[in-house]
Amino acid sequence: MAYYQNIFTRVQVHGDPDLGIPLAPHLYERGKTTAHSYWLGKIGDAQLGPIYLGWTGVTSLICGFIAFEIIGLHMWASVGWDPVQFVRKLFWLSLDPPKPEYGLTILPPLAEGGLWQIAGFFLTASVILWWVRTYRRARALGLGTHVAWAFAAAIWLFLVAGFIRPVMMGSWSEAVPFGIFSHLDWTQNFSLRYGNLFYNPFHALSIVFLYGSVLLFAMHAGTILAVTRYGGEREIEQITDRGTASERAALFWRWTMGFNASMESIHRWAYWFAILCPITGGIGILLTGTVVDNWYDWGIKHGIVPENPDWWPATPPAQ
Amino acid sequence: MALLSFERKYRVRGGTLVGGDLFDFWVGPFYVGFFGVAAAFFTILGTALIIFGASLGPTWNIWLISINPPDVKYGLAFAPLAEGGLWQVITFCAIGAFVSWALREVEICRKLGMGYHVPFAFAFAILAYVTLVVFRPILLGAWGHGFPYGIFSHLQWVSNVGYQYLQFHYNPAHMIAITFFFATTLALSLHGGLILSATNPGRGEQVKTPEHENSYFRDTIGYSIGTLGVHRLGLFLALSAVFWSAVCIIISGPVWTQGWAEWWNWWLNWSYWANPATAPQT
Repeated sequence: MAYYQNIFTRVQVHGDPDLGIPLAPHLYERGKTTAHSYWLGKIGDAQLGPIYLGWTGVTSLICGFIAFEIIGLHMWASVGWDPVQFVRKLFWLSLDPPKPEYGLTILPPLAEGGLWQIAGFFLTASVILWWVRTYRRARALGLGTHVAWAFAAAIWLFLVAGFIRPVMMGSWSEAVPFGIFSHLDWTQNFSLRYGNLFYNPFHALSIVFLYGSVLLFAMHAGTILAVTRYGGEREIEQITDRGTASERAALFWRWTMGFNASMESIHRWAYWFAILCPITGGIGILLTGTVVDNWYDWGIKHGIVPENPDWWPATPPAQ
Repeated sequence: MALLSFERKYRVRGGTLVGGDLFDFWVGPFYVGFFGVAAAFFTILGTALIIFGASLGPTWNIWLISINPPDVKYGLAFAPLAEGGLWQVITFCAIGAFVSWALREVEICRKLGMGYHVPFAFAFAILAYVTLVVFRPILLGAWGHGFPYGIFSHLQWVSNVGYQYLQFHYNPAHMIAITFFFATTLALSLHGGLILSATNPGRGEQVKTPEHENSYFRDTIGYSIGTLGVHRLGLFLALSAVFWSAVCIIISGPVWTQGWAEWWNWWLNWSYWANPATAPQT
């Protein structure tokens, strides 16, 4: 029977490695290799591994590696295979989607977006295979599939930006390039082209959930760390059999702001805030250019931006 | 009385920082304390001034109301109430309310025998706010560099300040801050999802254990940080996001006034590869 103990001390006790909950017999088995890291043990669990690879894990890693190599080799080739210039210009290098004249053409010339499509295909395959893995590993352990659905919310945003919206707009050129500065440029140009994304209400909601997630994690993690002396980090135990850690954690917030979550419900708040960030963000991107051409004009029409710009202050320059 | 079933035994006297027993009582679910009185004073005054400011303004549309900071011509002096003076008093009230709230959290921590992690974390949020409306305006020499208090008008301020530096996304501290924001949200979804998946495993299944949680993360990514570590990680990620946000705005103007894309020229022009005499031959 599985048991759980937390020895709350600076001394790191290393026993036999935990080889994990036994899995039902299957074609693929969990690995047996483990290692210990003293420095990881300073903040969390010191044990590394064992990992379960399985066919979705292996194929996902292969697809991800192919995408990574295509992007990296293209970048390297774009500086004439000069290793020093590759490092120097790494943040500026980019693998761009096809130009607008190719529309939704499948496989334009490799140097003009074909490589971008191949890299995008393998990256998407890798991500989806990894999703299957997060789902199947949960079922194999008899867990709910909440983590897989949270990952699906992130995949939604990824697919909207790189696939669904470009298809709706009729051109791969709408998609995001692979590159550090180039994807930042894409973000800024996207906002400028559609009249400033700050007036897109779904963008506003997405930021609310992004900041809200950071706020919630600071509140939750701070609360749990403040009650670890009562065993508060044993959250499953506290959920099924409320102890003084949960009671104090709840009363802290009740006395502070008049309302408290429970040890289980705080994780529902956390889960929904986190997954609504990419869900609303994806909706905001999908509506841009397809349904709304100019968010500034949309804002004036719907009363969130004043027709008279003097109502809001002119922002002074820093000098 | 809004008293939870287990609450009575926790409602003990003591733990106050200021005022002894004078304000050591509850109103409904709320603990009061000296800092509760102070927070209420600043909150009510500040909110009333916001409503007063809105009444002087051109609209009651909740999305358009904006309490604007003074014109930069007033520098760091007091401005007339209707020309930014309200913004100055409201800013003072906001800081007073936030700091009172944090100290009230400290008192509640002491009452409940808890660590001070939550007020410590809140202090980072207060620091970020004060950076925006006090430190940076002081460094730039005018309260007019603070942001206006309005639901959408403050977004316009963010947008305008960003474009003053042409490509704000190239601000290295902004890059770090955003990375921490996204990482925090990712980690929160994983932590929330993992706890829910262990306690809601589906019909007919037993609630699972932390060993199952460890196995899930070791199976999928080869490492499980553990029940204690994930909260240390979460607090670190969240506070780092806030800290680097404050850094990215305090350096915009006081330290760097050109486009942020130009900032990166030091890297391109680093003598190792930019000087023909030392550049590696390929």
